[in-house]
Amino acid sequence: MKKILVIGATSAIAEHCARIWAAKGDAMHLVARNEQHVQTIAADLKVRGASEVTTYCIDLNDMNEHEELLDAANDALGSVDIVLIAHGTLSNQRSCELSVKETLAEIQTNALSTISLLTLIANRFEAIKSGTICVISSVAGDRGRANNYVYGSAKAMVTAFTSGLRQRLHQSNVAVLTIKPGFVDTPMTSEFKKGLLWAKPNVVAARVVEAIAAKRSEVYVPIYWWVVMAIIKIMPAGIFKKFKV
Amino acid sequence: MTNVTKIYGWGRYPQQDAYLHVPASCTSLELITKQQNSVLARGMGRSYGDSANALNVLQTTYINHFIEFDKSTGKLSAEAGITLREILEVIVPRGWFLPVTPGTSYVTLGGAIASDVHGKNHHIAGTFGQHIKSLSMLLGTGEVVTTSPQHHADLFHATCGGMGLTGIIMSATIQLLPIKSSFISQKTIKADCIEAACEAFDSNSDATYSVAWIDCLSKGKSLGRSVIMLGEHAEQGGLEINLRQKISVQFSTPSTLLNSLTMKAFNTAYWHKSKQNVSQTVALMPYFYPLDAIGEWNRLYGKKGFVQFQCVLPKIDGVANMRKLLTEISSSGEGSFLAVLKQFGNANQNLLSFPTEGYTLALDFKISESAIKTVSKLEDMVVDMGGRIYLTKDALMKEKTFKATYPNWEKFEAVRAKYGAIGKFKSMQSQRLGLA
Repeated sequence: MKKILVIGATSAIAEHCARIWAAKGDAMHLVARNEQHVQTIAADLKVRGASEVTTYCIDLNDMNEHEELLDAANDALGSVDIVLIAHGTLSNQRSCELSVKETLAEIQTNALSTISLLTLIANRFEAIKSGTICVISSVAGDRGRANNYVYGSAKAMVTAFTSGLRQRLHQSNVAVLTIKPGFVDTPMTSEFKKGLLWAKPNVVAARVVEAIAAKRSEVYVPIYWWVVMAIIKIMPAGIFKKFKV
Repeated sequence: MTNVTKIYGWGRYPQQDAYLHVPASCTSLELITKQQNSVLARGMGRSYGDSANALNVLQTTYINHFIEFDKSTGKLSAEAGITLREILEVIVPRGWFLPVTPGTSYVTLGGAIASDVHGKNHHIAGTFGQHIKSLSMLLGTGEVVTTSPQHHADLFHATCGGMGLTGIIMSATIQLLPIKSSFISQKTIKADCIEAACEAFDSNSDATYSVAWIDCLSKGKSLGRSVIMLGEHAEQGGLEINLRQKISVQFSTPSTLLNSLTMKAFNTAYWHKSKQNVSQTVALMPYFYPLDAIGEWNRLYGKKGFVQFQCVLPKIDGVANMRKLLTEISSSGEGSFLAVLKQFGNANQNLLSFPTEGYTLALDFKISESAIKTVSKLEDMVVDMGGRIYLTKDALMKEKTFKATYPNWEKFEAVRAKYGAIGKFKSMQSQRLGLA
């Protein structure tokens, strides 16, 4: 039985990961902003077989509360084997362009709050020389694009940060995973037209859970995004700027 | 949150453009329902025709949480968008099964209630709705109420089988069936004509599960030849369940692939392959959901799709009437390779529930002008025989047929009026059938 801290537990990818863990009988501590929503998920996970589910409500932008959040998780689970960080918002690119405040708020939620958590968790795991940290980043962080570069640059920060953290913690037997999902069909993206490249959250979650078990490093889900992003990354900037993607 | 999307039922006919709302939680489901003039809840889209088609569709994909499961009593509560497959994954290993199950596990709990689905044990266990302890519903007034056979009983009996037209089912509590094994002991009986098949149902009415595959293309003496499959829950074999899907149909195949020749060949092969009086033990999933092993098998009928025709004929004169119906079907030469015959037990109190005592026949017709004519002709015959057509399969029924064969439709409308459902909850089917 694993003891898992799920941060951003109401996100569709996190919820589906939690369902897989529940079926295996793992224990989970769920952290989310919306009390009613997280209670619904907790009850569901218990029926699906989770050995224990506890919840904690917080707005993760209150970074002063992060230390307390981790203490509470430790109290609830006894110890923590795995942390999944999955919270975030899908920025409205257009309104960010018109507002410095909104741009910084998106970067706060999608990057800084994650980095605050990672810093604290890393030190705790480093001290005990064990643990797995998995962060949901995005393919959007691989290269800034006109239609979502605010979200993309926040995720780029998360990707770069976890890359460094992975190297640092490797000596300490702590695994750090950077997950880069492509388009995922979730409530967050329900207003988008869905095409061939879209994946279901349960499919993405199955790969995330596998990747965590195998302690992998950087994972594109589904795998074809590795190819798509390899092409996008290799394009010279002078050419890339002319594309509308 | 909204998207204009082409939607259609399992038969892929008819199709329409709809605003698709996908609420992330019950709170947002309530909000969207309040904002729209009219809506219709939609689960997996597995009803065959247009009963889950509407201009404003509220897809319950994310309203799919378990609420509570008492492993000692087998009482399970869950949100309406959860699928029977997800329920099976949790309950079977713990020694419980669905008290009634349709032929696919890819339907939602809410959909199973709205269609008041039946299974191979209808003659013993009745319909799905008869095992529902209570329902939580969002009404057209914006109110959320709990209904059961004891509380707001009129609403309960209109909602089970009510095709989503009384309100939105948000969650339900169901009494499950205890099992000792996830296997079924199956016995096969061959009947060389329709009369022999109906007789076999009668003489095996104590079997828990019974259903027949019927050859709708054979004529004359062997008209209605059937392979009857009886089943009992096994006592041994463990409680494991295998939910892995084996294969999937990736593209619509050219519809000419399924023609009268290939279907006749299939039916003849199936008949000769089946052996008389053979007993064997089979796993739950292939026994109850054989077609679930083939993902999106509906694509086999080609891009234009198909209609499924399912009727029930009263027991009195049932065998003779079934012969008349089968004669019409076999001479049309259009019936599918997959036709199912079953004996129903008594009807229940639910106002629009389909099953009544007698024989039910279900078969597919690849969509074409002549198929539509054949179905219309069969519809008229069913009316004359005192039978009716299953709303969950229907895409073509005439208003006057519905009103003549579902005599409780006026009571149904009165309940809808009482609970603020008129005009608020409607489908393409309800409009076609003349419901307000």
